[in-house]
Amino acid sequence: MVESRDLGTSPDEVQFRFRDDEPVDHGTVTVDSCCDQTNATAVRIEPGDDARLLLPFLDRLALVEVNFPSFTDGRGYSAARILREAGYTGELRAVGDVLIDQLSHMLRCGFDSFAPDKRLDEGDAARAFATWDNVYQRAADTRRTIADKRHEA
Amino acid sequence: MKILTGNDLRSGAVVWWNGSGWSLFVDDAVDAGDDSEEILAREEAARRVNVPYAIDASIDAGGHVRPAHIKDRVRALGPTVRRDLAVPTADKTGWDWVI
Amino acid sequence: MYQYDSYDQAMVDARVEEFRDQARRRMEGRLTEDQFKPLRLMNGLYLQLHAYMLRVAIPYGTLNARQMEALADIAEKYDRGYGHFTTRQNIQYNWIRLEDAADALADLARHEMHAIQTSGNCIRNISADHFAGAAVDEVTDPRPYAELLRQWSSFHPEFTYLPRKFKFCVIASAKDRAAMRLHDIGIRIVQNAAGETGAQFYVGGGMGRTPMIAPLVRDFVPIDQLITYAEACLRVYNRYGRRDNKYKARIKILVHELGAAEYTRQVEEEFAHLLSVGVEPPREELARIAEYFAPPTFRHPSESWDLEQLQSKAAGDPSLRWDDGFGLWVRRNTHPHRAPGYVSAVISLKPVGGIPGDATADQMRIVARLAREYSFDELRVMHTQNLLLPHVRIADLPVIWAALDAAGLAAPNMDTIEDIIACPGLDYCSLANARSIPLAQRISERFAESGRTEVVGELKLKISGCINACGHHHAGHIGILGVDRKGTENYQLSLGGSEAEDVSLAKITGPGFDEDGVIAAVETVTDVYLDARTDGERFIDTYRRIGMEPFKEALYG
Repeated sequence: MVESRDLGTSPDEVQFRFRDDEPVDHGTVTVDSCCDQTNATAVRIEPGDDARLLLPFLDRLALVEVNFPSFTDGRGYSAARILREAGYTGELRAVGDVLIDQLSHMLRCGFDSFAPDKRLDEGDAARAFATWDNVYQRAADTRRTIADKRHEA
Repeated sequence: MKILTGNDLRSGAVVWWNGSGWSLFVDDAVDAGDDSEEILAREEAARRVNVPYAIDASIDAGGHVRPAHIKDRVRALGPTVRRDLAVPTADKTGWDWVI
Repeated sequence: MYQYDSYDQAMVDARVEEFRDQARRRMEGRLTEDQFKPLRLMNGLYLQLHAYMLRVAIPYGTLNARQMEALADIAEKYDRGYGHFTTRQNIQYNWIRLEDAADALADLARHEMHAIQTSGNCIRNISADHFAGAAVDEVTDPRPYAELLRQWSSFHPEFTYLPRKFKFCVIASAKDRAAMRLHDIGIRIVQNAAGETGAQFYVGGGMGRTPMIAPLVRDFVPIDQLITYAEACLRVYNRYGRRDNKYKARIKILVHELGAAEYTRQVEEEFAHLLSVGVEPPREELARIAEYFAPPTFRHPSESWDLEQLQSKAAGDPSLRWDDGFGLWVRRNTHPHRAPGYVSAVISLKPVGGIPGDATADQMRIVARLAREYSFDELRVMHTQNLLLPHVRIADLPVIWAALDAAGLAAPNMDTIEDIIACPGLDYCSLANARSIPLAQRISERFAESGRTEVVGELKLKISGCINACGHHHAGHIGILGVDRKGTENYQLSLGGSEAEDVSLAKITGPGFDEDGVIAAVETVTDVYLDARTDGERFIDTYRRIGMEPFKEALYG
């Protein structure tokens, strides 16, 4: 059994959460560990990890943390969408160098909780989450796109 | 000598450290010597200047401050191909040394 | 041409306000420069040598007269009365103040323009063949597909922090006038044997320090899967493109290191998955966009002239200076049009001794007026840093030429050695190692004065002031690269590049030259060409036939 207490964020560190269920109250394991052990329910994806390795285990996962060591490394956006496209419905938490101006994109890619290294200004964040009334692309948030709206009957 | 330069945060204009503030004119630049790092950190934090840095320079016989590197010499005067847009200075010899 | 609806307008308006807030937070000290830089870059705002620079997108190079006038107004209101048109169909302002930038963006938004994603590690302005909708040889107008891509790529939530910048180009003819295969993704719209429209995907081209020609990854993507395929290409890149080394982060390195076959396999796998997810816009959207690009109502050929009639009428008019004035311009600067009686007319931004790509606000207004009166209110920004009136009646050419000539915009030099692509170089750019513009000025003067421009004919000379290759030196029949040699400017000469359908990468001749030396070297290589050429051979043809050696011998022997 891999010691996982010190890996990952705790519920206290989550600044924004758009879910009603109880947050997972234990630490996460690495993707490798998650694939090796049968009982892990929380996992942490690093930028270089292949999110698709988790697909066989989605049913048992309640929390996936995606780490952004630097906000300029955008691999976590693809990881998030891949999990949502595969039907993952548990908590998807963006952690690390999560800043105001990335929040709206993260939301669209399927993240529903946010644990930034440095707490964000609440007002700025609220504005950022609400940035786009409409969107051009289909994404994990399944919003109807501008093109959909243009052509609705 | 070491002089300090950067771009004004709000306007973007090339500026030079004159000992107490930032000047548009390279001839106002002063030797920052060993204090460079401290001044740069303080001034960037105060948001008076954007990405400032220290460069080598010398003073020529006419008393003009001459940055050592071609890039900073171009910055000191303006685009060589648009002299009509040059930084307005009394230094008429500038274009002779820029390249 | 395309017009924003309320959705498009709301998107750019929201973006302006978002940027206004970001700039305010930066000036208040709530964002560090490290945090602000990627945000300002995604709104086209660079910090260059002398000031902030704003790069404004002109999607697929198309704009109308009102928009060109708005660009002129911005040049005067926020800048120093001029702008610089780039090889990727953008315009750059060199002297924008951070505190004015949001206002300038708001002015752009009012005229359905923006600076969104003109920098940063995201999908950049979508470029296209500048003759789109006018060229005789195109399968279809490529711009509806470019607009579809523009909307898809704007604020893409997954692809905003890519390993590196990402450039698309869309063409729709066998001829390549847009350096399609030197883009991260080059798309050629084609028709298959069954008459169905589809897209060829070339992925992994580019210039920079490691120039590569994009290999063909997919010969035919059904047109109603275009966005899905693009999404698959980008996702593989976002996940696996290198992030450990900025200089190896472009998709060309990924495609090269994996091999085109393995990259393609991964894309196809992702593509199959995304087809099942369903990310393609509804089919009707492409049709909606295409309606905006319906051809204008051209007049009957009997209301215009053909080129022979033009010559017979104009040659006798001394004010038109047929031999060295108007006639030369018609021969050099007009391009065949799909509609009889019409041509596309190139407005040269390469006056002899001038700054390639620069135009004053007054010149922009003159061009706008001509577009309104003579070209169905349409203008193009060309890949060659020139402007274009895409649809003009041959019978209107004399009056158009006279107006351009009076404004210094009638240099008859399209595709000649005077039609030089040059990056801003060390005169403006913080990355440059050497100046580019003065070389372009002196070379064009030298060839114009000696009368050799006309003798040499088609010769594409491209100059970059650093290895990033914004001046496309790798793709020049003659390329010049400025380098820093112990604090002085030094120039490497290369030969044999092309960014057209006969795409090739230039090879360095040998040791570099100083400024005077490289200008003399350009003359030397054109001497070798003139001595060796056979009938009808362009410089590049002769080079390909005789190889590098005779040129080397003349330069260094």
